[in-house]
Amino acid sequence: MMKKGEVKALFRRNVWDENQVLRQILGICSLLAVTNVLSNSLVMGAGLIFSVALSSLTISLLRDYIPHRVRMIVQTLIIAAWVILFDIIIKATLPDVSRALGPYIGLIITNCIIMGRAEAFAQMNPPVESFLDGVFAGLGYTIVLVIIAFIRELMGFGTIFGFDVNFLGLETWTIMVMPPAAFFLVGVMIWIVNNIVARKQAIGGGKNG
Amino acid sequence: MGSAPAISPLVIFLASIFTSNMVLANFLGMCSFISVSTEYKTASGLGKAVALVMVFTTIFNWLIYRFIMIPLGLDYLRYLIFIIVIAATVQIIEMVMDRYLPDLHMKLGIFLPLITVNCAILGISLFMVIRSYGFLQTVLFGLGSGLGWWLAIAALAAIREKMAGNQLPRGLDGPAITFIITGIMALAFVGFSGIFVVM
Repeated sequence: MMKKGEVKALFRRNVWDENQVLRQILGICSLLAVTNVLSNSLVMGAGLIFSVALSSLTISLLRDYIPHRVRMIVQTLIIAAWVILFDIIIKATLPDVSRALGPYIGLIITNCIIMGRAEAFAQMNPPVESFLDGVFAGLGYTIVLVIIAFIRELMGFGTIFGFDVNFLGLETWTIMVMPPAAFFLVGVMIWIVNNIVARKQAIGGGKNG
Repeated sequence: MGSAPAISPLVIFLASIFTSNMVLANFLGMCSFISVSTEYKTASGLGKAVALVMVFTTIFNWLIYRFIMIPLGLDYLRYLIFIIVIAATVQIIEMVMDRYLPDLHMKLGIFLPLITVNCAILGISLFMVIRSYGFLQTVLFGLGSGLGWWLAIAALAAIREKMAGNQLPRGLDGPAITFIITGIMALAFVGFSGIFVVM
């Protein structure tokens, strides 16, 4: 079993220091596409956490049995199996969300985060660590997803989770729910995080990364 | 999502280049779009390779979906089967190219393996199923999406090459500014909306 400190370090690394989206620029497709409404983004985040954690676990359990040369295709098939399962669950329990997300749930398969975690972590680490690594990597993605969706839904529709919070009756910005705003917001977020990291390094002499 | 079969294939073709561009409106294929767009020549090469693979994979996936998966009731396995078809198609294209078009293979060869994990390729196969396109619609949809992707990455790479020497605030350099440029490009492409309606 892992010690508490190790879990904490793993959490910190995956959620902040090496945030998959903001630091590594991975998994952008779905990030941009589903963030115009908060509830859809939460489902998408849950889907990614589910798929990345269980794929990492499976790949880690099988790591001694997967021949190195065909590992990519084996990993893809494992990922696809978990994503299909999640797709079926969502179709059965939340049919409206499933329709709204369209092909993007299926596209979790080609989300680089999962493959990245499999390649960089799961194929050489024990199952429990890999599972946690997957959960935290997915969490880092979900947090960014929720922040962007919050801004876009609030400014674009004047709602949060579909509840009207536009008490002052302000004009909503249609641009926020259209594609360009997604690009702008991600760009600005990366900029802000880069600046924070750079400042921390300048002050603290650079602890890591 | 309306009843798609009524839409003329030509409209689908033009719409998938301009109004519902794969990258700028549907956000597909972003990973390579951001990382391989520093140099015009390379980006354009990748764009061509993506367009080529897109046409072939949509055709194969459509045939397999229509004539094998639907009759056998294997609809729920479509992600798995599409991924395998895409990987196989890329492999076949690479081998055929190597044998008959070695010059082109030299130019595009390095991009082909990268394309297997490009979500745009899987994405258009899934769109084709969701919108229940016919064969001709599918072919033109694949071709149009491929050309649209090529157009977008070539344009972005040209812009980035042009401003490579510019002074930028620290932290904005690299991916951040690329996203903002892409946002402005998407804004420009929004101008096309309304010319063709496909959904």
